[in-house]
Amino acid sequence: MTSITRAEVEHLARLARLQLDPDELDHYAGQLDVILQSVARVSEVAADDIPPTSHPVPMQNVFREDVARPGLPRAEVAAGAPAWEDDRFRVPRILDEE
Amino acid sequence: MTSPTAYDAAIAGFEPVIGLETHVELSTASKMFCSCSTEFGADANTQVCPVCLGLPGSLPVVNRAAVESTIRMGLALNCRIVPWCRFARKNYFYPDMPKDYQVSQYDEPLCIDGYLDVTVDTDDGPRQFRVEIERVHMEEDTGKLTHAGGATGRIHGADYSLVDYNRAGIPLIEIVTKPVVGTGTLAPLVAKAYVTELRDLMRALGVSDVRMEEGSLRCDVNVSLNRPGDPWGTRSETKNVNSLRSVERAVRSEIERQADVLSSGGRIVQETRHFHEDTGRSTSGRSKEQAEDYRYFPEPDLLPVAPDAAWIDELRATLPELPALKRARLQQEWGISERELQSIVNAGALEQVAAAVAGGVDPAAARKWWTGELHRIASDRDLELADVPVTPAQIARVESLVASGSLNDKLARQVFEGIANGEGDVDGIVAARGLAVVSDDSALLEAIDEALAAQPDVAEKIRGGKVQAAGAIVGAVMKATRGQADAAKVRELLLGRLGVSE
Repeated sequence: MTSITRAEVEHLARLARLQLDPDELDHYAGQLDVILQSVARVSEVAADDIPPTSHPVPMQNVFREDVARPGLPRAEVAAGAPAWEDDRFRVPRILDEE
Repeated sequence: MTSPTAYDAAIAGFEPVIGLETHVELSTASKMFCSCSTEFGADANTQVCPVCLGLPGSLPVVNRAAVESTIRMGLALNCRIVPWCRFARKNYFYPDMPKDYQVSQYDEPLCIDGYLDVTVDTDDGPRQFRVEIERVHMEEDTGKLTHAGGATGRIHGADYSLVDYNRAGIPLIEIVTKPVVGTGTLAPLVAKAYVTELRDLMRALGVSDVRMEEGSLRCDVNVSLNRPGDPWGTRSETKNVNSLRSVERAVRSEIERQADVLSSGGRIVQETRHFHEDTGRSTSGRSKEQAEDYRYFPEPDLLPVAPDAAWIDELRATLPELPALKRARLQQEWGISERELQSIVNAGALEQVAAAVAGGVDPAAARKWWTGELHRIASDRDLELADVPVTPAQIARVESLVASGSLNDKLARQVFEGIANGEGDVDGIVAARGLAVVSDDSALLEAIDEALAAQPDVAEKIRGGKVQAAGAIVGAVMKATRGQADAAKVRELLLGRLGVSE
């Protein structure tokens, strides 16, 4: 049973701004399908008495010391932006006219 | 303008229930989950990295100092610190976060069940209210949007928006109260006193510099009204309340608005409203009738936080003298009444008075100037008291000049104005502005004679024994000498001139 369509993968790729060629679409659709089916199997056995796992590693209290370090050069930041203006990310209109 | 009668009418018919959610930016050096600087005012998008830009493959790590600040804040608010908690993703689609989610805490806040006692002034003296704290949790701030195109610079009608992510990821703590009931007409004052107390607490703890003008403390104000005896009403949430004064105004105006709707048979819609500093009013934002679904789930990229008792005790030991205790101590040291203390607190002048006293100024004088003239200068110029550039030494100098009779209060005011203008130091300003009490009797007598000649009928009344009429002549002399005379001295000379006695 196929649980994800090629069209859905294409849509996801667009949302993630990934450019996939037709072969890759087929390839990833197959892989995602396996993943979804595996998750579905976990859901079948995860009854109410089994606590959900949020973290697979048995660790806690992992902290960073509060020291500031330089981030990315702005040119590099800008290079990853789909649109850039006045040193800022330019994003499409958020709300329509009132 | 807010009409007091509209408010009185609202309170006569309804009981308010208020709740406050306060966001405070912590003053850590680096962000909540990455090492980018938190310095305010940097050029756009210069304090960003793969983590706070949400780039694929980046992994966040929790800032230890931010957790410690949150625990200390929780302890100061008499909260219980939970032994184990997680972060959660709050998913939403808005470009102020590049990840399309904000890392926050959801059903497992770090601190729960505390309280903060606040004092408000009433006609019957200061009255204390206990504001119960529901939770204190950690999260990250969002980026800053600028809306471009359209006439207003607002989001409505904008063609597109520009985003600066420097602020995205700065550690925030959110402090949420339980519903506060039973405050009646004092609700706006209780809300303001609570936020003021929170601010003072955070400053005392050193966890935030709480600069409201830089947006490091922001409030959401929840208000509902019910008729006495009825269940609580539907609440609205007013966002964007970013000054202490506005907290009071937002609660007051929302009580008036809701009372108006309810009194005319309408119903309150559960909604988010936006407060406008300029008008003191709010406008309707999005309706919350369809509950937003943030699809919270535990943040898989961050490990749980599990403070043990030893760590909590260690942090408890670092708590400074908390503001309420400090006030009680200062009241005793300064030998003033609770009401006098409250007037200093209400003027927001406690730190300034304390600093002045520590700098050798007499407590009464420090209180007089900081709650009087210096306070007026601050409000005239729209400054925080902390930004009025008058030092304890300058106050001490002015006070000694007043004590020796070379300045009076009115001239002292001008000296402080001069200092605030950056005209230099006390003696320099006194010299440059020619500020000295005119004590030369002949000069004063000359001014008195002129005033008497100008108002012969008043002169006649005084001669006839109506001593209370002397005020008009004294006033004229003070005006003629531009306030540089000692009014008591003028009165004495005037009465002597006319040969009458008190």
